[in-house]
Amino acid sequence: MTLAALIFALVAAVILGGAVAAMAFRNLVHSALALAVSLAGLAAGYLSLHAQFVGFAQILVYVGAVAILILFAILLTRGDEPGGQALFSPGFLTGAGIALAVFAVLARVILASRLVSAEIPLAPAPSVREIGQRMMSEDALPLEVIGLLLTVALIGAAILALREKPPG
Amino acid sequence: MPTLHCYLLLAALLFAIGLAGALTRRNAILVLIGIELMLNAANLNFIAFWRFGPHPEVLTGVLFVIFAIAVAAAEAAVGLALIIAIHRHYKTAHVDQMDALRG
Amino acid sequence: MMDQLFVVLKHWLVALAAPGWQPILAAAISIAAIIGAFASLFAVTTILERKGLGRMQNRYGPNRVGPFGLLQPLADGVKSLTKEDLVPAAADRWVFFLAPLVLVVPAFLALSVVPMGRNMTAVALDAGVLFFFAVGAATELSVFMAGWSSRNKYSLLGAMRAIAQMVSYEVPLILSAVTAVMMAGSLSTDEIVAAQAGYHHGLPNWFVLTPWGLAGFLLFLVCAMAESNRSPFDLPEGESEIIAGYYIEYSGFKFALFFLGEYIGMFAASGMAITLFLGGWHAPFPFLTWVPSYGWFFAKLLALIGLFIWVRGTLPRLRMDQLMNLAWKFMLPMALMNIAVAGLWHFSAPGAARWAACALLIAGAYLVLGRALFTGAHLGRRVYRYAE
Repeated sequence: MTLAALIFALVAAVILGGAVAAMAFRNLVHSALALAVSLAGLAAGYLSLHAQFVGFAQILVYVGAVAILILFAILLTRGDEPGGQALFSPGFLTGAGIALAVFAVLARVILASRLVSAEIPLAPAPSVREIGQRMMSEDALPLEVIGLLLTVALIGAAILALREKPPG
Repeated sequence: MPTLHCYLLLAALLFAIGLAGALTRRNAILVLIGIELMLNAANLNFIAFWRFGPHPEVLTGVLFVIFAIAVAAAEAAVGLALIIAIHRHYKTAHVDQMDALRG
Repeated sequence: MMDQLFVVLKHWLVALAAPGWQPILAAAISIAAIIGAFASLFAVTTILERKGLGRMQNRYGPNRVGPFGLLQPLADGVKSLTKEDLVPAAADRWVFFLAPLVLVVPAFLALSVVPMGRNMTAVALDAGVLFFFAVGAATELSVFMAGWSSRNKYSLLGAMRAIAQMVSYEVPLILSAVTAVMMAGSLSTDEIVAAQAGYHHGLPNWFVLTPWGLAGFLLFLVCAMAESNRSPFDLPEGESEIIAGYYIEYSGFKFALFFLGEYIGMFAASGMAITLFLGGWHAPFPFLTWVPSYGWFFAKLLALIGLFIWVRGTLPRLRMDQLMNLAWKFMLPMALMNIAVAGLWHFSAPGAARWAACALLIAGAYLVLGRALFTGAHLGRRVYRYAE
């Protein structure tokens, strides 16, 4: 096995292992921590695909913020009480069956396609300067819209989670 | 060298795992975790297609993923705030028990 | 020659190996050098801190072990290694075990993008500053893991406070760094240091000697103090408040690892402050360039560590609401104002006019925000009341 294949296998194992653990643990906090592991594995995957900026942004945003947010929400909704969450519920088989069917369709499409999947020698990995220039020139509108969206989400989340004062 | 197919299959598998979790688990936060996994699978797909595609210097894939990460973070924040607000009312985060439309 | 001593040494060592193994050997040498240098610096800092704090509090620090107590770190090391490693019966074993690791590994990773001398950056990344903040954000997870897995209400409370503080101060930290990145035009730490090279009128071109740079440097330092939970921001781990907060239940080597992780985080943040604002490894005056570059870097690092210790010994602890108010209502608007002023600086002609304009804008913002925060708590004359 070449080094690249070994790295891919390792990264894939971390991603999938973390994802399965996140969805299969009974303890919510363990589930959220497994999600953080899976997201870190994904960041490693992005780095192996020479997308440096995206990999670091993934760690900064997902592992550093979204995972913490999920953990806070678990604590605020008393999710860490002993007993945990049941794994099997009515409708478990239906849900698992649907997911299996979706994966089967996707795998069939991927394997049967005639995509040219040769390794094209990459021009040097995109520098941050190029990304910045694209963002300021062609993608300036999405950048501003994202800024607006994040502001609205921030204010909205704060208002939603605010404790209402009792009347009187 | 892992080919494009390997990355696409990995992304599809991750998507299926997230979907299975979102459909079967009964805690609202676990459903949200499943949704985050699905979003990440889509991002991995984008980066794989950008890397192995004919024009990697155009940077469209990378920029799309940057915006997708930002949108997913905003959505996670609002979703979790909703779950906290609902928990305050129903005293539970179990989705089967949130079944009345009237407050 | 002295300047490139370590680089030449590393190249010579790497050339001794077979060609296939050379990248791995080069990486291993860098890793060993960083861990060795900064772990020794950690030992030096512990004794420096305890003696320094002792002197500031009008007492000697430790003075039993070795001449003037200088071998105290050795005694501390032996103690922490031989102490019994207690794990509470109700604690979550795996998370409890992994929490110190999740703190120490990102802290050391953050040191890998800091340029410690000419050509002495361990990993020269194109997005080095972003990498630094990304691994800084990953340390928050360890705080939660430590606090939650101890199954102790106080440690969970301390962990929640610590995370709220770290998350709040991350935003002005990144924004104040953005100013330096903007003016240097790159996220790569080597290029930011290179943008501060040269001298004009005998003074160095460091960013700290401009109005926006000084404001950015001060903001960065305050936020770095808050990020590493150092006094006056150490409410989550205040010894008189919550008895070491989220690592109450840790003892022995794991506690030492937490301590190590915090100090390495402090070194990394100081190193980044030096890179962004203090000109990295450049000498302050043209006639001092004969001192090797790594000498200047570590001298500046020691000066900043001394500053951290000085502030710890001087200022009282901030309350939680005071902490949060400071972050969101003062530092965040100041950092945003700083970015605007830096832009103004860039686009105006060099001269005294832009100095005056930028300095006035920043001072004005500081006064306005400071007055706005100071609502009502006017310090009157001291009144003494005696028991009747």
